Amino acid sequence: MAAITLKDIVKTYDDGFTAVKGVSLDIADGEFMILVGPSGCGKSTLLRMIVGLEDITAGDLEIDGKRVNDVPPRDRNLSMVFQNYALYPHLTVGENIAFPLRLKKSELNDDEINRRVKEAAEMLELNDHLDRKPANLSGGQRQRVAMGRAIVRHADAFLFDEPLSNLDAKLRGQMRTQIAQLQRRLGTTSIYVTHDQTEAMTLGDRVAVLKKGLLQQCASPRELYEQPVNIFVAGFIGSPSMNFVPARVDNGKLQTPIGELTVPDRVLKAAQQKEMVILGLRPDFFEDEEFVDEKVREHGTVFTATPTHVEWLGNEQYAYITYEHDPKLKPVLDELAHDLDQDEIPATLVLATNSASRVRGGQEGKFWLDTRLLHVFDPDTGDNLTRDPEAGQKLTEEAAEERQREIDRANSEKTEA
Amino acid sequence: MKTLSTKQKIAWGLIAVLVLLYTLWPLFSILMTSFKAPGDLFSGKLLPTQFSTENYQTIFAGSAGELFLPALRNSIGISLISTLIAVILATFCAYAIARLDFPGKRLILNTALGVSMFPVISIVTPLFNLWRQIGLYDTWPGLIIPYLSLTLPISIYTLAAYFQQIPWELEQAAQVDGATNWQAFRKVIVPLAAPGVFTTAIIAFFIAWNDFVYGISLTSTEAARPVPAALAFFTGASQFEDPTGAISAAAIVVTIPIIIIVVLFQRQIVSGLTQGAVKG
Repeated sequence: MAAITLKDIVKTYDDGFTAVKGVSLDIADGEFMILVGPSGCGKSTLLRMIVGLEDITAGDLEIDGKRVNDVPPRDRNLSMVFQNYALYPHLTVGENIAFPLRLKKSELNDDEINRRVKEAAEMLELNDHLDRKPANLSGGQRQRVAMGRAIVRHADAFLFDEPLSNLDAKLRGQMRTQIAQLQRRLGTTSIYVTHDQTEAMTLGDRVAVLKKGLLQQCASPRELYEQPVNIFVAGFIGSPSMNFVPARVDNGKLQTPIGELTVPDRVLKAAQQKEMVILGLRPDFFEDEEFVDEKVREHGTVFTATPTHVEWLGNEQYAYITYEHDPKLKPVLDELAHDLDQDEIPATLVLATNSASRVRGGQEGKFWLDTRLLHVFDPDTGDNLTRDPEAGQKLTEEAAEERQREIDRANSEKTEA
Repeated sequence: MKTLSTKQKIAWGLIAVLVLLYTLWPLFSILMTSFKAPGDLFSGKLLPTQFSTENYQTIFAGSAGELFLPALRNSIGISLISTLIAVILATFCAYAIARLDFPGKRLILNTALGVSMFPVISIVTPLFNLWRQIGLYDTWPGLIIPYLSLTLPISIYTLAAYFQQIPWELEQAAQVDGATNWQAFRKVIVPLAAPGVFTTAIIAFFIAWNDFVYGISLTSTEAARPVPAALAFFTGASQFEDPTGAISAAAIVVTIPIIIIVVLFQRQIVSGLTQGAVKG
């Protein structure tokens, strides 16, 4: 159990490249913190600095208030699950799990080691495989062995470096659940690096979004989704990702490529600060006009458009509408695309509609947009002009309370069992 | 990998047989000669008219035994010791080269390569003089040291390639698990490198075992003379007789340990050699 504090952590490599440019984070005892960002954002480097595999160029790393910058990895009492699992191929599963314990031979006798290995194996359903070699295991089993090696030590914190990226989609889902449950049950502080935002949203108590070595926002998944601080976080979180369209205020309305939008005063005021702004529209702000609930209809604007094509996924349907980018915004959007690891931000709106919708590609359809939820971004700085910090704060507080309840529930189950 | 068609298989088989014939023919000829009685030696036929073990008796129990048996002992001892030293030194050196960043790394590699490039024959005369002056001439260390100059460079190169392909994460995982650098090396890296170390040891042993130039130049008596050199001192029963039979028998005897080693460890050798070259 430990609280981990990062204070202005900087990492500059020998070749002069600065991968992490001053990141500060407070990770509470027992918290599940996710580090997420596109490749090259410094998230793995940050994790490796916490565990001690990379030197810290500047800043302070504290575990439970003690500065550990110069403490070698073996004395930090953290355990790590590597992306490729890093199982010892010459040892059996049981010995792999026992490895960290065997190194502390003076403190533990063989019976205690066996007991702890059994306990970990039971938790991860590895009992039948203890005598096998890692090479003979499936990907999911190897992953569990790596987890076993991490939990057997009763370390102060678990660090995960993209642990699920080598698994197929179905297994990834299962393992995700298992990791979440395990963390709740053990209540151990965890830091988890991923580029997969589903993992980030589902696992994390809080998620730290990084871009090019800088922390963008650290908040609960809900706050990130609903109150992103800037256009980068907004574009990174959510799948399909947020649509970005140019808009300008005219006659008290927003003029956009999909037509004139009547918006709440709050949005209008934000948009008036600039001559031109970028609107952020999540696909699920849209609906096929036919399926709009009468109760909410007045909160949105109806417009007509001809989708180029439609994707039907069973539970919902995506309609794609192309429009013209405003040349003035091109540099901003190109930079955003680059930051998000994409070639470009396509001039295409993605609309999520009810799966029963009869809208088809090439035919004109009527759509409805919920204008209460619009985000307005400053095209120069990328800042979210409609962000409500208090509402965001509240979302993150709610998440913290929820987490406490889950931990209590896990603890009471443990005592019952 | 694609499977071979029947035609290709036959073609490859044929080529293999030809290569085998070409390489094994002289060996077979020596083997047959070693079983010939002295009178039979120049019959001009491949097979002995009558199989005789007379030559083997000569080298083990007979007149040539005094020459051959101490030489065999020297060869085994010197080769094993120089192999052992080479492998231990090369393991540490190769690990450092593969894992650590230190000034002079390239220099070490280049020096190793340079030493192994140097023709043996050009060093042997100065070495002869030096060894005589410092008292290493005709001693085991007097041969072990030059053998190390042959075996170390290749051992370092093979092992460095081998260490490089052991995932670094394993070592880092061990460190995070609480191991010191030395524990990580001993408990994770060494067991994983074992096949590579084996291969290197065998190659080093062959080099030392097969050497002739140092063996004949830096020794003068049975105190240190290895087998390849001793063979040159075999004499026939009389001065008009060539010791062909005895030499053939001795040649066969020194080949046997090599064959045994290769047969026993062929799996490790093949995996070691290919693992060094191909990424797993």
